[in-house]
Amino acid sequence: MRKLLLALLASASLTGLAQAQDTTLKIGTEGAYPPFNNLTASGQLEGFDVEIARALCDEMKTKCEFVTQDWDGMIPALQAGKFDAIVASMSITPERQQQVDFSDPYYVNSLTFVAPKDAAFDAKAQDGKSIGVQQGTIAASFAESNYKGADVKAYPTQLEAWADLENGRIDSVLADFGVQYGWISSPDGACCEFKGDPVSRDDKIGIAIRKGDTALAGRLNEAIKAIRANGKYAEINKKYFPFDIFGQ
Amino acid sequence: MTAEALAQRPPAPPRPWTRARIAGWVLLGLWAAAGLGLALFLVASWNPELFSQYAPRYLSGLWVTIQLVAISVAVGALLSIPIAYARLSRNRVLSWLGYAYVYVFRGTPLLAQTFLIYYGFGSFRPQLEAVGLWSFFREAWSCALFAFSLNTAAYQAEILRGAIQSVPRGQWEGAAALGLHRLQALRLVVLPQALVVALRPYGNELILMIKGSAIVAIITVYDLMGETRRAYSRSFDFQTYLWAALLYLALVESLRHAVDWIERRITRHLVR
Amino acid sequence: MDALALLSFGPTGWGDEIAWGVLVTVSLALATLPFGLALGFLVALAKQSPEPSLRAAGQIYTTIFRGLPELLTLFLVYFGVQIGLQRIVRLVIPDAAIEVNSFVAGMIALGVVFSSYASEVFLSAFKAIPRGQYEGGHALGLTDAQTMRLVILPQLLRVALPGLGNLWLILVKDTALVSAIGLSDILRQAGIAARVSREQFLFFGVAILIYLALAVISSAGISAIERRVGRARPAR
Repeated sequence: MRKLLLALLASASLTGLAQAQDTTLKIGTEGAYPPFNNLTASGQLEGFDVEIARALCDEMKTKCEFVTQDWDGMIPALQAGKFDAIVASMSITPERQQQVDFSDPYYVNSLTFVAPKDAAFDAKAQDGKSIGVQQGTIAASFAESNYKGADVKAYPTQLEAWADLENGRIDSVLADFGVQYGWISSPDGACCEFKGDPVSRDDKIGIAIRKGDTALAGRLNEAIKAIRANGKYAEINKKYFPFDIFGQ
Repeated sequence: MTAEALAQRPPAPPRPWTRARIAGWVLLGLWAAAGLGLALFLVASWNPELFSQYAPRYLSGLWVTIQLVAISVAVGALLSIPIAYARLSRNRVLSWLGYAYVYVFRGTPLLAQTFLIYYGFGSFRPQLEAVGLWSFFREAWSCALFAFSLNTAAYQAEILRGAIQSVPRGQWEGAAALGLHRLQALRLVVLPQALVVALRPYGNELILMIKGSAIVAIITVYDLMGETRRAYSRSFDFQTYLWAALLYLALVESLRHAVDWIERRITRHLVR
Repeated sequence: MDALALLSFGPTGWGDEIAWGVLVTVSLALATLPFGLALGFLVALAKQSPEPSLRAAGQIYTTIFRGLPELLTLFLVYFGVQIGLQRIVRLVIPDAAIEVNSFVAGMIALGVVFSSYASEVFLSAFKAIPRGQYEGGHALGLTDAQTMRLVILPQLLRVALPGLGNLWLILVKDTALVSAIGLSDILRQAGIAARVSREQFLFFGVAILIYLALAVISSAGISAIERRVGRARPAR
């Protein structure tokens, strides 16, 4: 036990030193949130978040390395130093701001329902219906506080919520507009469509960083401005969405 | 020994501080420090808002856990009877089938079995609808119940088989000599003796199921673990996990003591 | 796409990802084993010691780690040890980053669970060794440690082998839980493949078959060891 502790302490001080010299920026993302960040069959990360992160790194002239992390451990992993920034479509909320700092928003989002095309759906009549959400997202807290009569089922990833919607285990899925858009316009989501207007709007998505890491926040904000100005952002945007996702 | 003899005995020499004793006290000290640290942490991070928001949820989660385990262990007990019978049968095919069932369910992780049943069966919706089973497999709760029952049935079948085999052959022969047929012998003579042997393994299986049931949180059932993960994903407060740990420990420990107590009562007649 | 193409190795199939998962599962179990065995032996030593305080300390250990769900122990280690160590280390080195990755967290969590069960196996094995063996060792002029290493331990391992074999099988199954803290083991890789390809039954079925194969191989290995050790006992 003592040896193990010593070894752990030693590795800790080594990483401490290594971090001071190393310029590689470690970026945490989920890899289960298409088309923003997901894994291909060859194990590669792809998606809007991933490409934006790469563009930002190019802009900041730093080497970047991606770390995949499950959603529910994302903020603890950032705090524990497993990576330096979260680029995973994370909404800026007051609860999260108590734990981490955020960069300026890099896109704007709204919460929208999807449900099977042939199903009648009324966002205001959710009592007794089941709503699928991803655990630990703003959709989960929104659904739980606004649809008290509904059976809100929380899944570890967005993909599982959709799989159950398709199977008919749940009546609808509430999630970010962009991610739902990606799904219903793919062959996988052919069963379903948007239902009703967005139930919440203007939710801003930022890059989470450790509290007090103002230097990194400054660099990220500069880089976001730069890729907005030089057309890189628009290029990536066009590749994934036919509309402007930046908002504002 | 009489009181006088006791009185005449020289007082026990003071126990020396051997290395073992020092190590023991140091370790106990560490446990005490850990316990104290935990208590201090929980007091320091005491948050009445968090508590009032999540305490009722934890209790409902605990209740879900208890229901899930109780029902699946009961269903598993019923299922285990034919499986144990097959395992003990002299018919080769039957005993092989029993063996294969037990091997598959004990040889693979419960989590993988649960995933196969929940997500795997989910992709056979049309077929399941055709046979009218979809309304059962639609619910995460009943899928979990189904997976857990099948799993614990395999373990319980082995407990039952071991217990029945632990009863000496002479008991069967004695019963036969009294003119009881096999089923009567099993029910009246063998099973009562076998169940005394099986009590502790059954208690252990119940405890294993309580602990194993925590995985249903991953397929959207809000059991105690599910409520804990929800609370943690909202508050990022580590104490949410510690509360769950205390609740699970209390549940398992009280069960273990109950089994001990029952065992002491029903083995009173046996001189051990 | 048909099943074979999905399970093929290469950029479009998931065969290589799942093979990697098998490697992770097996190496996690193998890495946990010596750690768990050593810890379990120490705890058993404490629990059979004549010293009451040592016995109590060992008993607390087993009570806690046999009572907590494995999944919860895993989360406690993955999040808790990380936060705890970080706080302690930062007292000394303010900006150090501690990395308890999911493999190490899995190893520690599964190791402590394994050791608490293994300590019970060792404890009953200790009871099976007659006092005379210790006395014989002392009579030969061996020290306590020598007696333990040369006389008791070889017999102890032989008696404990069937119980430890069972624990190994449980350990292999318990590794599936690390998929919940993001380690790319068999079950997690199969789960990713299942979600992306939407062939849920195929991939979870394959995962089950792989675990079954691991169990068959392990049982064969365990009985081979038991035969070599020479006192094979009927499996329980």
